[in-house]
Amino acid sequence: MLKIQNIQTYYGNIQALKDVSIEIAEGEIVALIGANGAGKTTTLMSICGITPPRHGDILLDGDSIKGLGAEKIVERGIVQVPEGRRIFPDLTVQENLEMGAFLRKNKRLIQQDMNYVMTLFPILEKRRTQLGGTLSGGEQQMLAISRALMARPRVLLLDEPSLGLAPLIIKQIFEIIRQINKESNTTIFLVEQNANQALKLADRGYVMENGRISLVDSADNLLANDDVRKAYLGI
Amino acid sequence: MEYFLQLFFGGLTRGSIYALIALGYTMVYGIIQLINFAHGEIYMIGAFVALIVAGVCTIYGLSGVSILILAGVIAIIYSCAYGYTLEKVAYRPLRGAPRLSPLISAIGMSIFLQNYVLLAQTPDFLPFPRLIPDFDFMEPVAHIIGSPELVILITTVVTMILLTLLIKKTRVGKAMRATQQDMNMARLVGVNVDRIISLTFIIGSALAAIGGVLVASYIGQVNFYIGFLAGVKAFTAAVLGGIGSIPGAVLGGLVLGWAESFAAGYISSDYEDVFTFGLLVLILILRPAGILGKSHKQKV
Repeated sequence: MLKIQNIQTYYGNIQALKDVSIEIAEGEIVALIGANGAGKTTTLMSICGITPPRHGDILLDGDSIKGLGAEKIVERGIVQVPEGRRIFPDLTVQENLEMGAFLRKNKRLIQQDMNYVMTLFPILEKRRTQLGGTLSGGEQQMLAISRALMARPRVLLLDEPSLGLAPLIIKQIFEIIRQINKESNTTIFLVEQNANQALKLADRGYVMENGRISLVDSADNLLANDDVRKAYLGI
Repeated sequence: MEYFLQLFFGGLTRGSIYALIALGYTMVYGIIQLINFAHGEIYMIGAFVALIVAGVCTIYGLSGVSILILAGVIAIIYSCAYGYTLEKVAYRPLRGAPRLSPLISAIGMSIFLQNYVLLAQTPDFLPFPRLIPDFDFMEPVAHIIGSPELVILITTVVTMILLTLLIKKTRVGKAMRATQQDMNMARLVGVNVDRIISLTFIIGSALAAIGGVLVASYIGQVNFYIGFLAGVKAFTAAVLGGIGSIPGAVLGGLVLGWAESFAAGYISSDYEDVFTFGLLVLILILRPAGILGKSHKQKV
């Protein structure tokens, strides 16, 4: 469904992605793991058109989406939950969710999705009129995921959803991600430093080092791989 | 007491005009962190276009208020076109450049537009017709607040209410606030940020044009340099209130207007600028981000 072909992305003169190819099938959960600075976030930002790749191509259902503006890519159904949540701090929870559905017109369906995310995360119902910036880290992550769901994504990109959260909340978030994948067959591309959790959730995984993909395999095989265990699982 | 009220309403009128122009500075700053030094020139162009329209209308025998409205509308259209083009030509190509570059470009555009009007029109002061009539019902209070002041106050208040509704209630207003808070995130939910920035310049220019027309018909003259002076004052108001904050711009404008009016009335009009800028220094020492400004931590 989503095919990333040999992309190279630069920040000025610095090459962040050296030759990255990733393939994600419809309905799959794919994890991308790697150390800090390996290029994981850049990969997501390249897909979303924020830092378009200089070389290579990105295909969605066979059509190139490289070079399209970020807003056009959202329109095609690729939606990101960025690292650090990036909640609009001075918009209310409700307004944040409405911004998620910015490109959609059908008010009835938007309301329906609003109700759906409130059942996924009941705390958001309680916080509805509060400003996004006043939420706790866990609540913000829930809001960030909900905001992305409001766009009805076909592919949901998640960047470090577990970052800085308590273990109990992480468990809850990962459970919800699995649920989203099951219930609406949403394809999920998950970037994580928390390799153990990510690989337990994912069908397949990619390992990234210094702007390149160094390893690709099923999640179970990666969890059993000695190098991966040593480098990323701390075992 | 009467004298006090006179100064109070005089300051309120001035202040509301400063606020109107300050909104343009603050909205642009809020969204792209640029001090648009050419904003005052947009105001000046609005006043000039209104003067030309008023001249033509007078030839065709139109009178006071109808001229004011027609001149105002056409001035707004022209100023918006200038503001939109200004951003496209002078700032958009520099997006992503170091912050100093668009700032210098802004100063350049300010000088360019001033000289353009100087050459295309005249270096002299031109008389601007008094388009705001004296209303009979204002007669009993005319020694405290006159008809022109009343019209200016009503116009600015209505404009600000409309602006607030636009920003708080509409879809595009929400997108503007989102873009201001996190531009890349706004793009990630599908906002066309370029369009939002253009719109911000258009709205700011419309407000400046309204201010330009009101002031020109109040003071009764225009020349190519009025934008610079009004711009400096309005920019001061925006900084005073906390640049980037919309209520801050309004408050800053009013505080500045009152400070000027009371300093001129009770001390000496020769010293009014000394007091207003003294006030600015004082507030910036006590609250560096301005009265309503938030001190944002620089994120890395």
